[in-house]
Amino acid sequence: MESELAEILAPYEEKKGVLIPVLQQVQEKLGYISEEAISQIAKTLKLSGSDIFGVASFYTQFRFVKPGEHTVKICLGTACHVRGGEQILNTVKSYLSIDTGETTKDGKFSLERVACLGCCALSPVIVVDEVVHSKMNPLKTANLLSSYYQGGGDEV
Amino acid sequence: MKFEETKKKAIEEWESTTQKKVCIRVGTATCGRSSGALDVLKAINDELSRQNIDANVMEVGCLGLCYIEPMIDIYKPGHSRVIYANVTPDLMPQLIEDYLLRNNPRPDLALGTIGEGNIEGIPRFSELPMIKPQVRLVLKNCGHIDPVNINHYIANGGFGGLIKALKMKPEEIIEEVKKSGLRGRGGAGFPTGTKWGFCRSAEGVEKYIICNADEGDPGAFMNRSLLEGDPYLVLEGMVIGAYAIGATEGYIYTRAEYPLAIKRLEVALDRMREHGFLGEDILGSGFSFDMRIKQGAGAFVCGEETALMYSIEGKRGMPRPRPPFPATSGVWGKPSNINNVESWADVARILDQGADWYASFGTERSRGTKTFSLAGNVKRTGLIEVPLGIPLRQIIYDIGGGIVGDKEFKGVQSGGPSGGTIPAKLIDTLVDYEHLAEVGSIMGSGGLIVMDEDSCMVDMAHYFLDFVQKESCGKCVAGRVGTSQMMNILERIIQGEGQPGDVEKLESLANTLLATGLCALGGTAPNPVLTTIRYFREEYEAHINERRCPAKRCTALTSYYILPDKCEGCGICLRDCPAEAIQGGKRMVHIIDQSKCIKCGTCFDVCPPRFNAVVKVSGEKVEVPPEPVPVKASKKE
Ligand SMILES: Cc1cc2nc3c(=O)[nH]c(=O)nc-3n(C[C@H](O)[C@H](O)[C@H](O)COP(=O)(O)O)c2cc1C
Ligand code: FES
Repeated sequence: MESELAEILAPYEEKKGVLIPVLQQVQEKLGYISEEAISQIAKTLKLSGSDIFGVASFYTQFRFVKPGEHTVKICLGTACHVRGGEQILNTVKSYLSIDTGETTKDGKFSLERVACLGCCALSPVIVVDEVVHSKMNPLKTANLLSSYYQGGGDEV
Repeated sequence: MKFEETKKKAIEEWESTTQKKVCIRVGTATCGRSSGALDVLKAINDELSRQNIDANVMEVGCLGLCYIEPMIDIYKPGHSRVIYANVTPDLMPQLIEDYLLRNNPRPDLALGTIGEGNIEGIPRFSELPMIKPQVRLVLKNCGHIDPVNINHYIANGGFGGLIKALKMKPEEIIEEVKKSGLRGRGGAGFPTGTKWGFCRSAEGVEKYIICNADEGDPGAFMNRSLLEGDPYLVLEGMVIGAYAIGATEGYIYTRAEYPLAIKRLEVALDRMREHGFLGEDILGSGFSFDMRIKQGAGAFVCGEETALMYSIEGKRGMPRPRPPFPATSGVWGKPSNINNVESWADVARILDQGADWYASFGTERSRGTKTFSLAGNVKRTGLIEVPLGIPLRQIIYDIGGGIVGDKEFKGVQSGGPSGGTIPAKLIDTLVDYEHLAEVGSIMGSGGLIVMDEDSCMVDMAHYFLDFVQKESCGKCVAGRVGTSQMMNILERIIQGEGQPGDVEKLESLANTLLATGLCALGGTAPNPVLTTIRYFREEYEAHINERRCPAKRCTALTSYYILPDKCEGCGICLRDCPAEAIQGGKRMVHIIDQSKCIKCGTCFDVCPPRFNAVVKVSGEKVEVPPEPVPVKASKKE
């Protein structure tokens, strides 16, 4: 872990105004911002751990728990809301028995909400592992999720 | 001249790519991609190589008809371009064979033609109802050029504005921008030239310019589309602005949710450096300037200029009181000038074509054009650009084609969470800064969300306030306490627990917040609440007094039932219910377990129309058996 992050952090040593890009790269590498990561960033950038947590927790992009194997993001932007994003979110919550910000017990899925992915014209949209699924509805969403349990998933 | 030479070469490349042989354009902006454009692209390439056809395949930005993506267009020398919409990978071999090998342009599949010459049976693209009322000044290249190919940009008049600007005095440029009447496209509509003047005359050697590409309005995508479809236009505007203002460095602040836009900007910046449009001594003018991308990390409030500047510095993006204005103290405490993506693009067009040309579009006080993202319950969703002052009706019915499923139009939200809802009865409102303000909304950055009879206005107010509250930085009391008190009231209203007097309480809290919010986030947060109360008070009253949601939207007040005399026990809803809330069996009347129902509406949607057994009700109770009973034999005949 130390060495994993060392590579990311090295170019930023004691630079100013770089915290957000550093956090973004760490999250890309680890999938989340772990406690150890925070203390390592603190050392490199000569900031306090609470400063870093303060900044990281301000921005919705950063998460502090390990994500599941697949990440489901439900868009709750205005266009998606108007066309039933909330219903899709409720469906996923009920289907996976988790709330947003959580991961299923089997570690298969984590669930997040986002505010607009810029595909509003195709609303409602959801994203599973960076693949955007447009013009969704609760039924299509449930079928999509169940396909991951049947060994498919990637092809859908 | 050096630029003349560059331009000559660029035109040669453009012509040889797009005119000398078959050229197939594939729209691969975000909308296209999420509809499968990359698979279509691959299918085209596969088929061309299988058939050994010599053709250029080009990825382009968005033509704006997002609702029928993926779109491609095929050009054959000597003919106009033919656009095909809603295409699939499977269709490609047939289409390529029909048009390229057998000379049949397939009018049955075509949407329209672009360029010289007509093709029988296919309308002209510019005559399509969605396109005809539009005036595409900043979107002119989107969907036509390869967005990252600098030669395509140059061949289509790109950098013409910059070349002119570098021969002018900075003050003359500022005068030209003032004369054009351009007002900021990011929301507030402040005159761009005037703002530049402040920063130009501010003391300081180091100055910054910033492009606000945060596009925080959840439900808007104009800036994304423009950056994905024609990044150079925005960047050219920024170089012009930097020269006029005397800036040394620039930032493009964009959301991390826009990876494709970021990628295209990165390539565009590199190309501009290679070609001398950026860096030391730009085009031999003695002026040096460079810029870089800063990624946001998902916080609506960071679209506000002072918060955005803190975020660039790597801090929490919290707005601060102004003055001092960014023009005197912005990023790193230096004079800074911030403009929206579209404002910068407008500048490039203005310098190229002249202030008078630009000012000839739009109205007296709202000059020029504006891009809007049209979404929600409208038939033709997408990215549009219209002259300011156009009637709202024309946008919704002519361009947008009216309401999906021919339901009733209820209202449209403009300006995002800081804006307001314009009700159906005001559909003849003219879309410009003044008229939108008059009806209680704002222009905002250009999000237009159309709502039909199924949208509940209390729910919308709750939605926006919830959004703003989650995004409020918590710095000012108004933002923190004001929004949360309003939230509590709205929450209980949509839960069916509203109390008499709640509407009045909301109004009074909203007015306090309007007066005392620290930044425009807090100060404009009440707008959606106030406009929905103003135009849809009776909906609030129904929730409070009758425990009823007239639009049957609020889940706590809405229920689904299966009518026992209509249900045939076919099992479709039972199978499809994602919450497993339906009980029943073959030829047994199905029952919804209300305690498990998540009100997703799937049963309502999947019940075969010939049975039509599922109803959605609010404020009434439907008698159903307590558990599944056999379908009555009498119904069988
Ligand atoms: C809460 C809030 C969010 C904002 N979000 C954006 C945004 O996403 N994009 C934008 O260009 N301006 C946004 N603005 C407006 C900016 O503060 C600023 O006025 C604008 O970028 C100036 O550019 P313009 O003069 O070209 O419009 C926002 C303002 C507020 C108060
Ligand atoms: S509102 Fe969902 S993509 Fe924009």
